Amino acid sequence: MSDPRPVSRPLPPVAIVIGVLFFFGLLGLMIYGVMKSGAPDRDVLPSALIGKPAPAFTLPVLHDPTIKVSSNELRGAPYVLNVWGSWCAACREEHPVLTRFAETKRVRVIGYNWKDEPADALRWLEQLGNPFVLVLADIEGRTAIDWGVTAAPETFLVDASGVVRWKYSGALTQRVVDTQLIPELDKVERSHANAQTTLPAAP
Amino acid sequence: MLPELGQILLVTALVVAVLQAVLPLWGAQRGYAAWMAVARPAAYAQLALLLGAFGVLTAAFVTQDFSVRYVAENSNSLLPLAYRYSAVWGAHEGSLLLWALVLALWNGAVARWSRQLPVQVLARVLGVLGIISVGFLAFLIFTSNPFARLLPAPLEGHDLNPLLQDPGLIIHPPMLYLGYVGFAVPFAFAIAALLEGRVDARWLRWTRPWTNVALGFLTLGIALGSWWAYYELGWGGWWFWDPVENASFLPWLAGAALIHSQAVTEKRGSFASWTLLLAIAAFALSLLGTFLVRSGVLTSVHSFAADPTRGTFILIFLALVIGGALLLYALRAGALGNDDPRRGFMATSRETLLLANNLLLAAACAMVLLGTLYPLLADALGLGKVSVGPPYFGTLFLLLMAPLVALLPFGPLVNWQRDQASRALAMLAPWAALALLLGAIAYFMAPQGALKTAAGVTAAAWVAFGTARFVWSRLRGNGRFTAEMVGMLLAHGGVAVFLAGALLVEALNVQREVALSPGQSLQVSGYEVRFEGVDHQQGPNYTADRGHMRILRNDRELALLHPEKRAYASGGQMMTEAGIHARLTGDVYVALGEPLGNNAWAVRVHIKPFVRWIWLGALLMALGGFVTAADRRFRRP
Amino acid sequence: MPMPRPHCPPRRKLPALLLGGLLAAAALLPAIASAQAVSDPTPLHYRDAAEEARFHALAAELRCVQCQNQSLADSNAQIAHDLRREVLTLMQQGHDDAQIKQFLVDRYGAFVLYRPPMDARNSLLWFGPAVLLLGGAGVLVWVVRRRSRQLQPMDNSEERW
Repeated sequence: MSDPRPVSRPLPPVAIVIGVLFFFGLLGLMIYGVMKSGAPDRDVLPSALIGKPAPAFTLPVLHDPTIKVSSNELRGAPYVLNVWGSWCAACREEHPVLTRFAETKRVRVIGYNWKDEPADALRWLEQLGNPFVLVLADIEGRTAIDWGVTAAPETFLVDASGVVRWKYSGALTQRVVDTQLIPELDKVERSHANAQTTLPAAP
Repeated sequence: MLPELGQILLVTALVVAVLQAVLPLWGAQRGYAAWMAVARPAAYAQLALLLGAFGVLTAAFVTQDFSVRYVAENSNSLLPLAYRYSAVWGAHEGSLLLWALVLALWNGAVARWSRQLPVQVLARVLGVLGIISVGFLAFLIFTSNPFARLLPAPLEGHDLNPLLQDPGLIIHPPMLYLGYVGFAVPFAFAIAALLEGRVDARWLRWTRPWTNVALGFLTLGIALGSWWAYYELGWGGWWFWDPVENASFLPWLAGAALIHSQAVTEKRGSFASWTLLLAIAAFALSLLGTFLVRSGVLTSVHSFAADPTRGTFILIFLALVIGGALLLYALRAGALGNDDPRRGFMATSRETLLLANNLLLAAACAMVLLGTLYPLLADALGLGKVSVGPPYFGTLFLLLMAPLVALLPFGPLVNWQRDQASRALAMLAPWAALALLLGAIAYFMAPQGALKTAAGVTAAAWVAFGTARFVWSRLRGNGRFTAEMVGMLLAHGGVAVFLAGALLVEALNVQREVALSPGQSLQVSGYEVRFEGVDHQQGPNYTADRGHMRILRNDRELALLHPEKRAYASGGQMMTEAGIHARLTGDVYVALGEPLGNNAWAVRVHIKPFVRWIWLGALLMALGGFVTAADRRFRRP
Repeated sequence: MPMPRPHCPPRRKLPALLLGGLLAAAALLPAIASAQAVSDPTPLHYRDAAEEARFHALAAELRCVQCQNQSLADSNAQIAHDLRREVLTLMQQGHDDAQIKQFLVDRYGAFVLYRPPMDARNSLLWFGPAVLLLGGAGVLVWVVRRRSRQLQPMDNSEERW
């Protein structure tokens, strides 16, 4: 019941070219995907604030809520902001690394206590030690939204003029401090020094 | 001892698969009858070995042998017996073993129900299926061994993910895999045709039943997944265009185009090369889906844990199999000969309509693929992290399917090769008008979402009337209905029911979340939802807060629902079990939120009109596929 | 990177270590604080049905920034609770949907939108399917034209539905 063999018509070259391009394009994309999938930070959301001014805020101090600190007051020198909570297990993990870094006194390390009962937070600091020069308290979490915080712990580096330079999501490790934070801090301090030295010469 | 037996069975199955792949294909090329004869017994042997291996893994779960790593990770001593069976396919290694078993089942089915196939064709088909089996068995043995030991054996296992401790897990993956994997059969037939250099009506009579059955199972599998997500996940959604959902939908779209293309090729002898290409594409998308879900390339709640080694393996296999198939296609498709230029047709003909049908389905398939891969592509091109979700997919899918729905009733009524547009238009115009009228009525009667409601009613009515018009034509003619026709009617009827459900639920659903104290009620959409308190319950492996919600309408009690919040002993994570009052006209769906103190609770209530029609429609579509496959014509030699 | 009591449907479990080892490690951790972040579980209060409907529609277009692909409406994550509250507050302050979306994009990036903006960067995404469809339609027209030129009278003995 089959038809007699009529004319053989090869596929149009256009179709073959498109097919080949599509096949290899898709394959390439999949290879890229597989290579990336092994990276531990593949799901991390990069910060939308890099290069932009840190959000303006006024928050109470954990140890004395009658004292309020505003973002303006922190300008003039860079600072590292560490978002943590006593309910957060990974914050406990990174605590030694953060403490070690804070003890170098290279830059102010400011704590940002997020969605925590003050009593629990204070107890946590007592038991583990307080590496922070200052701890801000954001119980409601309203200001954290302005910072683009998604989870704890997260760490920001803000330069002297109040611009966010670096953000890390997750527990800090010594490796991250050495390979990311310190180089970024070097850059920030260098550009700050440059800005200082390019003052116009006195008449 | 037993797990090692499982490993031996797997390795033996691999050896058998290699034989099944190599000998029959070579034999078919050279005409060695003895080698070709290896195909059938090899397929049966593979099936037996894989049933054995699967049985061993099941036994390990049922007896709670935590010395097997996979069992330790996915089970625990408190897991109820029923879920110990389904936990076998609850994670990557076991579900892959299920994949291999289902493939072996299809192998066996083809070996069994192929009396009318010439030896050479059967050898080629089973040979190709053997190649695929080799790939999956190798993948299992070398990267995902379900029988790997964990020594020393822990006293207690981790647990089956609580989301999976549900009857849905028992049936959704097997059904889904039957469909997914089933596309290997038309693929194998397509390769056999390319190797043979011939596609004729006989070839199509062999292929069509397998394709329709596979598509039927895939439809059921997807529908079950949707239904399960609806009642299990707690927020009342039935489709999220999640990458893993899309991974199963892509082969479905290609498969739907394929069955229609096969119909044209069988009856008219044309489009043979399109049919072959679609057969390759459908299985390619199945493999791509398997890759996407298991490699960790895409982010999804459904996906298995990321493992680049596994991803690389599947990718290489995928590239070789599909690359090889496409190469063969490029070289041989032109010489097929049955794409017969003598079989011409006019612009107004069923051929054109089916071409349009396939174009729209293919465009939808491409769109879903693009949307699913776009975040990865954007990342690769340095465009940053982009999200593509339901607003994108929903909008574009609707735009592409609208013309398809409009043209659907014309298909069965328009003649092959040449027809007059006025004829079909005259037959259907009054029904179109009626559908629009019903839509207009719905527009004015809808309490909300008037436009969507009208669209849903019009679309569903149009397809339903159009399909009924065909029945009437047929009854007035010679009155005979072949199984193929009945299948078509069921499937198109299913489309109408599905359209009604999907569009109406999106238009008319209502969602409220309120704080209720015991004794307080929520009035919503004419229902009264009375909160009667929450008590504490102990399940086999969890503790639950169990709510009591009384549903009333016009002061008449309809149901007493028990939404729960469960904490599982193994992980402590909270699971929400919704309470659902299900009716054909709609569901009342209640879930517990958080406790608010003083016995008050946050309660979420969804009213979902016509939501069951979605799965009913899908059920009809699947049934249509099965009925079509049963047509006596396909069993002719 | 954990968050307070992850409420999103979890990723499939990664291969577990010996459970005994985990338990031992856990026992060493001082059980200091409550394991939950401060959060207000009362349901959001809408001023009317229209506002509620608008809120649900908007929340469905936004992505939970912490989860494995869930919308802001559906997620139980802590940050999702907070962001829902924020979105409702902004809505009640009179901002329109576009402004609210921009507010979130400024803080979390374009990732937070499930409907990617229709700009030059996403042109492939939004216009690709249309281009494909047009191309396909062109092929269809070409095929139909070619076939209609090859028309032969049909042999009625083959007439079959």
